[in-house]
Amino acid sequence: MSKVVVITSGKGGVGKTTTSAAIASGLALRGHKTAVIDFDVGLRNLDLIMGCERRVVYDFVNVIQGDARLSQALIKDKQCENLYILPASQTRDKDALTEEGVEEVIDQLRQMDFEFIVCDSPAGIEHGAVMALTFADEAIITTNPEVSSVRDSDRIIGILQSKSRRAQNGEEPVVEHLLITRYSPRRVAEGEMLSYKDVQELLRIPLIGVIPESEAVLQASNQGMPAIHLKGSDVAEAYSDVVARFLEEGSREEALAKRPLRFVDYAKPGLIQRIFGGK
Amino acid sequence: MSLSLISRIFGEKKKTTAAIAKERLGLIITHEGGHSGRPGINLKALQQELIDVISKYVPINKDDVKVELEKNANLEVLEVSITIPEAQPKTA
Ligand SMILES: Nc1ncnc2c1ncn2[C@@H]1O[C@H](COP(=O)(O)OP(=O)(O)OP(=O)(O)O)[C@@H](O)[C@H]1O
Ligand SMILES: [Mg+2]
Repeated sequence: MSKVVVITSGKGGVGKTTTSAAIASGLALRGHKTAVIDFDVGLRNLDLIMGCERRVVYDFVNVIQGDARLSQALIKDKQCENLYILPASQTRDKDALTEEGVEEVIDQLRQMDFEFIVCDSPAGIEHGAVMALTFADEAIITTNPEVSSVRDSDRIIGILQSKSRRAQNGEEPVVEHLLITRYSPRRVAEGEMLSYKDVQELLRIPLIGVIPESEAVLQASNQGMPAIHLKGSDVAEAYSDVVARFLEEGSREEALAKRPLRFVDYAKPGLIQRIFGGK
Repeated sequence: MSLSLISRIFGEKKKTTAAIAKERLGLIITHEGGHSGRPGINLKALQQELIDVISKYVPINKDDVKVELEKNANLEVLEVSITIPEAQPKTA
């Protein structure tokens, strides 16, 4: 049974593509056959973040329009055995993603025995974003601790609960996960940034993790390497935790108890550290 | 001026910008109602208040008050069940 997971946010630039690449890679690293699809038609970026931009021949829209077979468009990841990327097309015709076309591709991926199909949503609440979430079984709502991102997440949750297939068919609702990214424990401690608890209280969906703001993300994207591969970095560890919790059976509380949040507390530099300028 | 000096000395807390952000979001998020059927009821608090009120009339335990929210396709049911323990038979 395949699971379709959408990475969505409403607001742009919050870290959806970074998260899609990291989570898809993390699932594959744990041995799960995974496909990651770029739904950002016209603004393809996932290929760059995954480092496969020079190997793109056919894309999602080519497959939908019958100009290529799915197997021709899927790109095998260079680092993970079990990972395949389906790039977005650069066409400016947004309606190229038809609902039937998307469904057909997802069905084919299911038949190819992909365990996870990760959908990297474009920003906004228009057609592309709706297509990315339509077939979702689970959703990772990517949110920055910032007012407009929180409000937009609220909006996209509403859309998920009304426009997803599961909602339309009156089936079990899409499982929602809150992922807070670009988190700065220092700024939270100083009262300049909403805490993860604040965001969770406002949005009221179960928290799956907190990814710290980190310079490593740029280092990773520069090289076309998903951030989860940056050994020893906070972001890589935080994303690995998210993948582990995602795979955990049982309740979210149990998963969080087993694998508590990391990188969320700020240790004030002590006097000595301040004098000697320790990091 | 003297007031602000006093408040500075005694460390009266100024509201942080994060607290202001939370307050503002709290208002718009409930008002926009984007979440069909997610009124965000604080079930724990509701349960506690129910316990407090009922305890004024009947002695009950915390576990005797159950509050559950059930979601269906297009409606939610708030289910409250209160079990009143049987009166302890008086030992003669
Ligand atoms: N944890 C992080 N720390 C620092 N920078 C980050 C972090 N996560 C993402 N970024 C940076 O934020 C920017 C936006 O990230 P990304 O492209 O993943 O967002 P997006 O939500 O996919 O954007 P879009 O809505 O345009 O698709 C990038 O420059 C990325 O490097
Ligand atoms: Mg993106």
